[in-house]
Amino acid sequence: MPLTGIEIFKLLPKTNCGRCGVPTCLAFAMNLAAGKSELSACPDVSEEAQAKLSEASAPPILPVTIGSGAKPLKIGGETVMFRHEKRFENPPGLALLISDTMPSSEVDARLKKCKDLQYYRVGLTLGSELVALRNDSGDAGKFESLASHVKQNSDCNIILMSQSVEALAAAAKAAADRKPLLYAATKDNVDAMAKLAKETGCPLAVKASGLEELVELTNKLTAAGIKNLVLDSGSRKLRQSFEDQVIIRSAALVKKFRPLGFPTIVLPCEMTDDPMKEAVIASIFVAKYGGIIVLSDFNGESLFPLLVERLNIFTDPQRPLATTEGIYPINNPDENSPVLITSNFSLTYFIVSGEIENSKVPTWLLIKDTEGLSVMTSWAAGKFSADVIAPFVLKSGITDKAKHRKLVIPGYIAAESGGLEEELAGWEILVGPREGAHIPAYLKAWKP
Amino acid sequence: MALDIPKTRYTGSIKQVKLGGGDKAVTIGGETAYPFYLFEGQMPNLPKIAMEVYDSPPQDWAEAALEPFAGVTGDPVAWAKKCIDDYGAEMICLQLASTDPNGADRGADEAAALVKKLADAISVPLIVWGTANHEKDTEVFRTVAEVCQGKRLVIGPVEEGDHKKIGAAALGYKHTVSASTPIDINLAKQLNILLGNLGIPDDMLVMDPTVSGIGYGIEYCYSVMERMRMAALTQQDERLQFPIICNIAKEVWKTKEVKIPESEDPKMGDIKKRGILTEAMSAAVLLLAGADVLVMRHPEAIRLVREILAEMTAA
Repeated sequence: MPLTGIEIFKLLPKTNCGRCGVPTCLAFAMNLAAGKSELSACPDVSEEAQAKLSEASAPPILPVTIGSGAKPLKIGGETVMFRHEKRFENPPGLALLISDTMPSSEVDARLKKCKDLQYYRVGLTLGSELVALRNDSGDAGKFESLASHVKQNSDCNIILMSQSVEALAAAAKAAADRKPLLYAATKDNVDAMAKLAKETGCPLAVKASGLEELVELTNKLTAAGIKNLVLDSGSRKLRQSFEDQVIIRSAALVKKFRPLGFPTIVLPCEMTDDPMKEAVIASIFVAKYGGIIVLSDFNGESLFPLLVERLNIFTDPQRPLATTEGIYPINNPDENSPVLITSNFSLTYFIVSGEIENSKVPTWLLIKDTEGLSVMTSWAAGKFSADVIAPFVLKSGITDKAKHRKLVIPGYIAAESGGLEEELAGWEILVGPREGAHIPAYLKAWKP
Repeated sequence: MALDIPKTRYTGSIKQVKLGGGDKAVTIGGETAYPFYLFEGQMPNLPKIAMEVYDSPPQDWAEAALEPFAGVTGDPVAWAKKCIDDYGAEMICLQLASTDPNGADRGADEAAALVKKLADAISVPLIVWGTANHEKDTEVFRTVAEVCQGKRLVIGPVEEGDHKKIGAAALGYKHTVSASTPIDINLAKQLNILLGNLGIPDDMLVMDPTVSGIGYGIEYCYSVMERMRMAALTQQDERLQFPIICNIAKEVWKTKEVKIPESEDPKMGDIKKRGILTEAMSAAVLLLAGADVLVMRHPEAIRLVREILAEMTAA
């Protein structure tokens, strides 16, 4: 159970030395209780206190890292059941399945997909970062050579999936420096897998049939000193698998139940033969509460919406997504095309740019940095008023791109038009629609 | 350490609302736990899907969304029958898009005549959706409510700005009200209180929290709906214990991402499947947050969501 700030305070040296970064031990204790500080920041903490506190202050769902390259995948570390309570921390890894029975052309095609299927959105690159290599052949040599091939030809993080400890050992040794996730320890091989995980230092997945058995296995593994675990409750039925995700998360967070305090792995690829349904199942686990989601294939039509959903659900509710300030040409505008301005809240940008695209009218869209606030909110906060819009318009470079001097502002900030006409000498300020949906009609009627 | 499965402490439940009449009436709501937390409580009524029909031929739809309705998009009655007979629709949602004063601005009498004709032709529950223009919706729905007396329609969006007049008409002619607020739990509660004060009975009220699809702010409605369910089920917030309706199809299908051809951007994959999946996934996310009625468009997306619903609740 977690300690309160006062309980933690009793274990601290009470010197108020300030070297941890806050002035008093009490303040530091409160930060520790809130998960805002690390105990290691205290230079004088006793060993006894350290032992007690590190046990109590460990995150309820341990973060686990898979891979070692430039972009290792970090999963787990979640602190809430509902995103509005704080935020979801680490987006689930989407893994592409590769079997060691596939011809090498297919293997390479899949590695290429994993690399190529990346999408640029609001200043972020969305893509997958994981391949799941499965030992369907049952042959350790084939599995090992697949692992070496993938290691040499791809930067993706790796999951090694086999029922054979021998095959996993061979493949793990071939790719050990990439710190692949070993899948999986089961009740029949738990001792051998514990040994392999220790030798290779790789994270270990645990597969059980049901939660009770899962608890027994993780207890055994943590007792053996293995902490980097990923949980598979074993169910391949959607209802059971979903309920297991909820129970694992709430047991860890609500009850601080350590044996289930690890991220999970779910396998939609083993839950249906219909690729469309598989994608919808995956979308459920993106929201609730998959750590790794293994898919039978990657296709743009399903991967793109999944990646965007993941971005949406894992957006910090306190920090709205924003797009970059600047000039956005839409539908190939020229010097006579209308010039619109709006805020840089990502939703505003998507809706406005989408409606402009729908209108097919060539348009210059100016995006002003409003710190990610929407038009009305930023206007109310003084971040989207005449005195900030005018200098931005002049410096943006739009005067080189459009020869007319007409600026269309959002209908909701119509009150700024007078101020803007003063600040932007020689410009005509036009009040556009309030709603994005009315932009196409407005643009179609616009004359330079 | 033995596993002790944590249980949420629920103190309330969602009210049951019967939509439509006769043997095709559907009942929604009644949940006693978070969506699909069947190890903690019940979902006595599975969420339902209403299929969209438009009052005028759609102008700018993606090819994939038009294809299943080829030949009927000019005739709302034939369109609705196709949805029911060919695609098994349990409900129809008529979108009165052509009444939009910023568009075709079709008059209230004409709109009401169409609603009546459609309501006479089908026996499944009928949702009628306006344009969120307060003056026009008031005019249209007052006529619709009267002309369709006894049809037990669901009428929406009813917003704070027009709830008195539309609410009174719904109350007078016994239609269910869909209370619509802009992605805000407090405004939603406030409007439910106002409608209650007006005399709308609890079993004639559903909530529309205003939804959007993947990529267009689905995280906002997701969290608002989760908070509504949390308040309703665990915090005795009686004025939020209403079923939730999500008018999601049009939000998904108007986005540029479902209209980009594969030839233009090969990484986006098959355009038809992409549209279907974006609709089905958006619906799935909303179901997890507490949707009781989904207004959907593509039959294939609907098939997927029905299968998911069946599997999520399988014994």
